[in-house]
Amino acid sequence: MGSLQPISGPWALIAMSLKVTIIFGVVVVVVAFSTLAERRVAAWIQDRRGPNRVGPFGLLQPVADGIKNLLKEETLPATASKAFFVLAPMFVLVPSLVTFAVIPIAAPLPTPAGVVDMIIADIPIGILYVLAFSSLAVYGVVLGGWASNNKYAFLGGLRASAQMVSYEVALGLSLITVLMMSGNVTLTEVVWQQQQLGMWFVFPLSLAFILFVVSAFAETNRLPFDMPEAESELVTGYHTEYSAMKFSAFIISEFGHMVTASALMATLFLGGWDLPGTWDDAFWHEGQLISGFAQDGGAILANPAWWKTVLTFGGFAVKTSFFMLLYMWVRWTLPRFRYDQVMALGWKVMLPTALAYAMLVGGAILVLDELGVPWGFWYGLALTGVSGAATVGFMFFLDRGRTIIGAAGQSRQKVSIMSISQPAPAGD
Amino acid sequence: MAISVKVMNRPDPEHTSYLRAALSGMALTFRHLVNPTKVTQQYPEELTNLSPRWRGTHRMEVHADGRPKCVACGLCPTVCPANCIRLVGGEDDQGNRYPIVYEIDEFRCIFCGMCQEVCPVEAIHVGQHFENAEYTRGRFVYDLDRLMEQDHPTTLLWDPSDPSSE
Repeated sequence: MGSLQPISGPWALIAMSLKVTIIFGVVVVVVAFSTLAERRVAAWIQDRRGPNRVGPFGLLQPVADGIKNLLKEETLPATASKAFFVLAPMFVLVPSLVTFAVIPIAAPLPTPAGVVDMIIADIPIGILYVLAFSSLAVYGVVLGGWASNNKYAFLGGLRASAQMVSYEVALGLSLITVLMMSGNVTLTEVVWQQQQLGMWFVFPLSLAFILFVVSAFAETNRLPFDMPEAESELVTGYHTEYSAMKFSAFIISEFGHMVTASALMATLFLGGWDLPGTWDDAFWHEGQLISGFAQDGGAILANPAWWKTVLTFGGFAVKTSFFMLLYMWVRWTLPRFRYDQVMALGWKVMLPTALAYAMLVGGAILVLDELGVPWGFWYGLALTGVSGAATVGFMFFLDRGRTIIGAAGQSRQKVSIMSISQPAPAGD
Repeated sequence: MAISVKVMNRPDPEHTSYLRAALSGMALTFRHLVNPTKVTQQYPEELTNLSPRWRGTHRMEVHADGRPKCVACGLCPTVCPANCIRLVGGEDDQGNRYPIVYEIDEFRCIFCGMCQEVCPVEAIHVGQHFENAEYTRGRFVYDLDRLMEQDHPTTLLWDPSDPSSE
């Protein structure tokens, strides 16, 4: 099997250019269509039909929107800080599109010239790169809000920074459990360890999954955490003063973040491109593409095939779409939190829970390793039990009004409408 | 009169569950998401069922030989509260009165239907029709020929299911 070598030489350059072009193109198209999907899902939830006029099933709606936004007049507020006002949409757009580079999207593809990894850049820092770039996006939001010289935009930017900082902590801490399990920060290794464990991390790390999903909602500024936009309070928040393509850049980046966050959640907790069974497992181990280890510790060589790549890509797309749908479903169900509730949830619930859970999982891993349980199904099952208990405890704790009461409940005041006395009936 | 206050019997925040409420809300929206019955009316393809008493664009009834039924009596411009009808009457060789100019400004019209009620020869009618968008304001003044060309059903000014209202 001499062909099972990583692709090299000039062919590697060609493969890389193709991968970058195709993956970037697919991400941009998916982002465009997710704006349509958002509107269709919104409509269906409200018993409407949604945009169905432009093209078959309204599929050309994103094109029409794009043309509209390109032809619209650009506005530039007279008192805006012009350079930053123009820069802000770019600051938001670029990080949202480049983060996809480290996410593996399918099983390696064998070609006559060598095996091509279905990932743009399998860089050693993996998930840290995603965290770094998704944090950069908040600078664009803050900059846009500040440069607009508009009080609503400024408040939106301010809220965005506070919210991003708060939830990044919980996000990072819930991520730590995943990194403890996989032992590495590259996303290919995260996928590989899930294949080896025989179950996806959503089961052994159920509480981390919940915390990560909630934090990711907050990080992407989606409802119920869309504090920076908050139409009913801040007009549209940080992009109040933007119009035409600059406004569109903010919207595209919001959906870009959604796509990336969905792909990330699928990769970290639902096994990425992994499908049930061991037939599709593949990983570069000491220069060999292996699918697992035999009983005696010897490597079993993987057997990549183009149909495996296609199938696993399908699995990855389905998982990502599921999270995209979840984003939209939640958006059209839950009302926006109050600002103090967002902060209370972030600092008083998510952060301590994530911290305690990271210690719990760390302890459980330590115990299991000390007992010599091999990395596999039983290892995962034991952790599933521990995490399940933690999740049930967390849910039980959260169940009685501790997240949404906010100011009124914390002072233990009986502020219910019952305590307001009814006016006495007028005499005559 | 005493003011009545509706007291909402809400549970105290210490005893409400956000999680359960959120999950039941998610279940509700999901049921609507997959529910194939949608309320949107696909308007240009699927036309609204107008009431027989809908008062819309006017039409002028014509005789079998193509002359308008109008006898230029001048009642409709007199009764019109919006003053949107312009009528110049004339008389032919046989002494029959007929309209030389009959114009209705559909922009000024308030579609009250009093022209139809007052007409002694049932010539002018309001109709069951509302799609009268135009590119210029001038096009909204309907002249006699245009009123005679209209072919939509005319309005019944009474409820057909209740003959006593006639």
